Amino acid sequence: MQEEKEKYRRLAVVLEKYHGKAGELINVLHQAQLIFGYLPKKVQICVADALGVPISEVYGVVTFYSLFNTEPSGRYRISVCLGTACYVKGAGSIMEALKENLKVDEGGTTKDGLFTLESARCVGACGLAPVVTINGDVHGRMTADDIPELLERYRKEAEA
Amino acid sequence: MKYQRVHLLLCHGTACVSAGSEKIDEAIKEELEKHGLEKEVRLVPTGCFGFCAMGPVMLVYPEGVMYCRVKPEDIGEIVCEHLLKGRIVERLLYKEPDGKDRVAELSNIEFFRHQRREVLHNCGQINPEDIGEYIARDGYFALAEVLTKKTPREVIDIITKSGLRGRGGGGFPTGRKWSYAGHATGEIKYVICNGDEGDPGAFMDRSIMEGDPHAILEGLAIAGYAIGSAQGYIYVRAEYPIAVQRLEHAIGEARKTGLLGKDIFGSGFDFDIELRLGAGAFVCGEETALLHSLAGRRGEPRPRPPFPAVDGLFHRPTLINNVETLANVPRIILKGAPWFAGIGTEKSKGTKVFALAGKINNTGLIEVPMGTSLRTIIYDIGGGIPKGREFKAAQIGGPSGGCLPKEYLDTSLDYESLIELGAMMGSGGLIVMDESDCMVDIARFFLEFTQDESCGKCTPCRVGTKRMLEILQRITQGEGEEGDIELLKSLAEDIKGSSLCGLGQTAPNPVLSTLRFFEDEYIAHIRDKRCPAGVCSSLLRFEIIPEKCTACTVCARVCPVEAISGTPRKPPFVIHQDICIKCGACQAKCPFGAIAKV
Amino acid sequence: MVTLTIDEQKVTVPEGTSVLEAAWKIGIDIPSLCYLKGLNEVGTCRVCVVEIEGSKTLQASCVYPVAEGLVVRTNTPRVLKARRTALQLLLSEHPQDCLSCYRNMNCELQALAHRFNILEIPFRGEKREPPNDEKSVAVMREPAKCIRCRRCIAVCSKVQQAFVYSAVHRGFDSMVSPAFGLSLDDVACITCGQCANVCPTAAIHEPDNTKEVWEALHDPEKWVVVQVAPSIRVTLGEEFGLQIGSVVTGQLVAALRRLGFDKVFDTDFTADLTIMEEGHEFLEKLKSGGPFPHLSSCSPGWVKYCEHFYPEMLEHVSTVKSPHSMFGALAKTYHAEKIGVDPARMVVVSVMPCTAKKYEINRPEMTDSGFKDVDVVITTRELARMIREAGLDFINLPEEEFDEPLGIASGAGLIFGATGGVLEAALRTIYELETGKEFPLPQYEQSLRGMDGLKEAEVEMPQGLIRVGIAHGTGNAKQILEKIKAGEKYHFVEIMGCPGGCVGGGGQPILSFRRGWEGSMDYRMDRADSLYKAEQELPYRKSHENPEIKKIYREFLGHPLSEISHKLLHTSYTARSRYPLSKTKV
Ligand SMILES: Cc1cc2nc3c(=O)[nH]c(=O)nc-3n(C[C@H](O)[C@H](O)[C@H](O)COP(=O)(O)O)c2cc1C
Ligand code: SF4
Ligand code: SF4
Ligand code: SF4
Ligand code: SF4
Ligand code: SF4
Ligand code: SF4
Ligand code: SF4
Ligand code: SF4
Ligand code: FES
Ligand code: FES
Ligand code: FES
Repeated sequence: MQEEKEKYRRLAVVLEKYHGKAGELINVLHQAQLIFGYLPKKVQICVADALGVPISEVYGVVTFYSLFNTEPSGRYRISVCLGTACYVKGAGSIMEALKENLKVDEGGTTKDGLFTLESARCVGACGLAPVVTINGDVHGRMTADDIPELLERYRKEAEA
Repeated sequence: MKYQRVHLLLCHGTACVSAGSEKIDEAIKEELEKHGLEKEVRLVPTGCFGFCAMGPVMLVYPEGVMYCRVKPEDIGEIVCEHLLKGRIVERLLYKEPDGKDRVAELSNIEFFRHQRREVLHNCGQINPEDIGEYIARDGYFALAEVLTKKTPREVIDIITKSGLRGRGGGGFPTGRKWSYAGHATGEIKYVICNGDEGDPGAFMDRSIMEGDPHAILEGLAIAGYAIGSAQGYIYVRAEYPIAVQRLEHAIGEARKTGLLGKDIFGSGFDFDIELRLGAGAFVCGEETALLHSLAGRRGEPRPRPPFPAVDGLFHRPTLINNVETLANVPRIILKGAPWFAGIGTEKSKGTKVFALAGKINNTGLIEVPMGTSLRTIIYDIGGGIPKGREFKAAQIGGPSGGCLPKEYLDTSLDYESLIELGAMMGSGGLIVMDESDCMVDIARFFLEFTQDESCGKCTPCRVGTKRMLEILQRITQGEGEEGDIELLKSLAEDIKGSSLCGLGQTAPNPVLSTLRFFEDEYIAHIRDKRCPAGVCSSLLRFEIIPEKCTACTVCARVCPVEAISGTPRKPPFVIHQDICIKCGACQAKCPFGAIAKV
Repeated sequence: MVTLTIDEQKVTVPEGTSVLEAAWKIGIDIPSLCYLKGLNEVGTCRVCVVEIEGSKTLQASCVYPVAEGLVVRTNTPRVLKARRTALQLLLSEHPQDCLSCYRNMNCELQALAHRFNILEIPFRGEKREPPNDEKSVAVMREPAKCIRCRRCIAVCSKVQQAFVYSAVHRGFDSMVSPAFGLSLDDVACITCGQCANVCPTAAIHEPDNTKEVWEALHDPEKWVVVQVAPSIRVTLGEEFGLQIGSVVTGQLVAALRRLGFDKVFDTDFTADLTIMEEGHEFLEKLKSGGPFPHLSSCSPGWVKYCEHFYPEMLEHVSTVKSPHSMFGALAKTYHAEKIGVDPARMVVVSVMPCTAKKYEINRPEMTDSGFKDVDVVITTRELARMIREAGLDFINLPEEEFDEPLGIASGAGLIFGATGGVLEAALRTIYELETGKEFPLPQYEQSLRGMDGLKEAEVEMPQGLIRVGIAHGTGNAKQILEKIKAGEKYHFVEIMGCPGGCVGGGGQPILSFRRGWEGSMDYRMDRADSLYKAEQELPYRKSHENPEIKKIYREFLGHPLSEISHKLLHTSYTARSRYPLSKTKV
């Protein structure tokens, strides 16, 4: 609760700065997502109100861009690059391996709330294809066999 | 600086950073300190060298020695051996794929030897976060030159005469575009640098933004001067955090140095630049969509005319150019239009950066004169295909481009020749495929991408690409029917012809292009229910070759769905096809090569 | 002017014209679907594509501006095939249940399928099957039938400025939806139904309430009373092929009788009563000094807009109910008593131009008679359905008259159906009450009537000069409210929720949008003109002269603003949020 309040306080600071600036919508949503981890409805409403953009439009923008999430995600966001370079280097089988290991589908979050599995379209590290990013950290030259170890590392980190 | 006898250039591009450059950085600092070398050795964090697959990459000057795949543990040895004793650490040198000797000097490596680095000349050579280094290499001289000595008209003339064409995909003559925007009436005009780089498999713009951000700022400022704009924007995809940070830093430095802001070089010209982030939508690279996104809206394209040059950002005349286009501008100004026009082919001037990836030994970023053949790129620069496999095709231009099969290895890579072959320069993504790639699957892959990234505004693209994708999915799943090829072709024609924007207008290209060169593969899928490359899992089976099986039980143990049964030491084991999910695990693990994919 | 060539014909049109308009002008009928000139020029459907010399791809003619020397071809095989494919693609994701569809025989998509002789759809594949939104009692959506033309977004955002819809998601999943995919009932929708009116398909329409009416009519226990709003008599004919604005009062009454209603009354009567109440309310304010401006309250679409978007202005809104609500309250009290019918078995049906009234009758306040004041609202379109269902030869029905007493009305009540009508009616009464002289109408006709978004006038009253304003469509309402908030002084402002007023209501016959949004305003004007013409033939033209009005005050209400009229004829409002999730303003 306290934590929640603190987040809204930080949001208020951002909104103050961009009050009435409809053109800054995407920028503000980025910052709001940084604070909350995702964009809950209430946050979207606060943004709409502060910027003077209709809530329908805010929702339209949020659902247009793939980087905006409307659901809370796991502690680690795993993103498998399915860009061309990664695809021809076998990203598909990495995705399969992750799905199997985590027992979730694309877009899903594991029961323990640790991992969210998604796909991305090229993170610009094609030279290292195939690439998996976890919370923004790039792991290159992956193979399906590397997956269990990689996940284990994060599981351990989470425990610590 | 004059006391520093050694320069250590360490790549801090996205690929190398993810491979660990930051840790190496720390290790180097530590080692240098340990040996009291901080004063003598200068450590320069650079942008991408282009040799990302070998990252983290480190260059030692003055010798020009390149170390590859460096690890923090290696630093001690490099410092002791190379820096102190002058002995090159052999094992970290690059080894040509043909297994020849290790090569020490960058300039002798095949990958670099056949390139001509003009736009990329600073990438990997300077610290992108130090404006001084950029200036030291003639940075901002071009801007000074135009502001103090040239009229906007003259600047546009130079660009026109150079023959520079847009590197963002369309290849539209840059000079002509500038001149439209220059002629447009309006008090306020904008210039925008398109750094969206959405083509999955392309990363040249990223490398320039990360490795030479000031070149973009300078190009943008020159463009602003030429068309009469005082405000520039750089739209960067949010997936490139390092690029964003470097650009931000560069803008800050340029402002501080007075190279952006009011009255630059005392010329009376004001110019400033703002950075804007995307949020994950390929279509935002399309210029009208970009304008909407820049204004905080859904990145949906709109019909043209009116063109942005007349009615652009906030309804003002707006010039939009690609990163690489703009990065070419300062060099053209400095070296002159004839110099630039002297590179390349008759209609495609200058150099082009390609992002080389896929089934190729040397993945990375390369720059070659326009008109270089695919063969040179793949075999001389790229070092050929790994695992001794056969080259099958190269996909050029990403999801809007097409493929070139081996018959066209000697085609000159320029705008016209590619269009003629149903491909496209696009942004310069070049994905190499070998015999193990299924062209139908590749076509399906690209369509899945465009379908996923379609904004959904217009019917042909929103529903049409979906229907094409569904047909391809059926074909790759063994449910293709007679007539599918005709239907695909017919639908492709209408989608190309009647979609609202470039995304839909080019989305069918990968299908048409693979159909053009590999129709027999489609027919094999449809008629014979066979995937010649052995990729489409619905069309293949794993079978145990009884003669080779020793009943070692390995396969049965790795199979995730218990599809394999047998009695230990009583060969052969058997795969139950109705249970098998074709994961291939058994084949990979069988110690006797007894499992075949048929 | 610009000259271009279309299919070998030269045509000269003003600059800025679209190629499509230019072609239409010379009789080349390029098909269109998403296009609504002046409102929705987005080029989404692609059925209007043409070849333009020099352009590699086909171009959507609806958004392609003409240029000197342009050479256009509209009927090449390539063009025809692309249009056909676009249509087939739309149909391939469409439910195709025309037979049981709300827009059967009145659907732009269906009409095009017919025109293109679509006899097969070569594509099969996934269809999105989003559930219907049936939660709102006023407007329902069948998103599966949406062709993503975006007209609804345009009308709701640009004309009504309620901003309910947006394009959401993208690619094949893209849809048009209220925020968070919520129901219209859960967002700040003012239930005006304008989106239903512009939708080319059955993706938005009012819920069908004809079944309830039939049930009541067929129930021998029920005493079923019907009232018709002023504008119905000038629009219903369109549903039966008559020209826009044809006056069909007599046939309308006759049809309602034949459908089986026990009494056929006229909402115009309670419109007169509105004038009496609201006129006196306003005169009171003049006497006591405000608060000004006084805002009219007869349009539930507007009232809901005010509740969501300008709750701070609610104290300015007249407390007088809308005429049909008054009627309901009176029918179940005054009238029921008079004819000796137990109000519990009385069913009041309103035939309205309006979807918002379906919402209004369900407001908890609308039960002052001790019952639901009005039981069912059906729209003009729904009434037409009932008439067709009953097999009545509508056009040739003998003309009949409304029942008395609630069927006698003045011309002032009749013009309630058009923008400016309420204010004009009010002025006719208050001016005369205060000055003893007839309101000098001819002098004001120009400024009070017509389709200008904002109209205003100044009237000399004994209390001094009063300034009156008129807005129709809530986008215009917003404009005038912003002016007021910025300090502009008005005394009496009439606001109607729909463009043109009720003649342009969300439940009216679907207009042809071939002449664009502006053209649709002309149609609304034609309907309004008919009202003003019909009004001139009536024996009384001022509300206070209506003998039945005098009688009801004598017999039942006492005097305007009496205690009983406050109980039955006045109401109160609720401040609402413009955002979902919260009841109060964020
Ligand atoms: C779907 C689509 C995506 C595009 N993506 C990019 C992009 O990522 N970067 C880019 O510079 N241009 C992109 N373009 C091209 C731009 O619309 C525009 O033509 C270009 O930025 C103009 O710059 P140039 O003339 O310097 O090439 C894209 C076009 C389309 C249709
Ligand atoms: S072609 Fe595709 S991306 Fe372009 S406007 Fe149409 S739907 Fe959107
Ligand atoms: S391919 Fe996979 S599922 Fe099939 S038998 Fe081998 S291990 Fe089992
Ligand atoms: S792993 Fe190979 S050899 Fe061993 S049982 Fe399986 S098929 Fe036979
Ligand atoms: S909306 Fe039109 S096309 Fe669709 S089912 Fe109804 S009548 Fe038929
Ligand atoms: S038009 Fe065709 S589908 Fe419709 S009712 Fe007649 S026969 Fe049946
Ligand atoms: S009914 Fe009116 S307010 Fe509601 S969505 Fe439709 S147009 Fe908008
Ligand atoms: S709901 Fe109707 S008006 Fe709105 S986009 Fe869909 S088809 Fe068009
Ligand atoms: S203007 Fe008429 S039709 Fe429109 S909401 Fe108001 S009362 Fe209803
Ligand atoms: S395709 Fe995966 S990083 Fe570029
Ligand atoms: S990122 Fe280091 S070489 Fe490309
Ligand atoms: S695109 Fe022109 S009418 Fe729809």
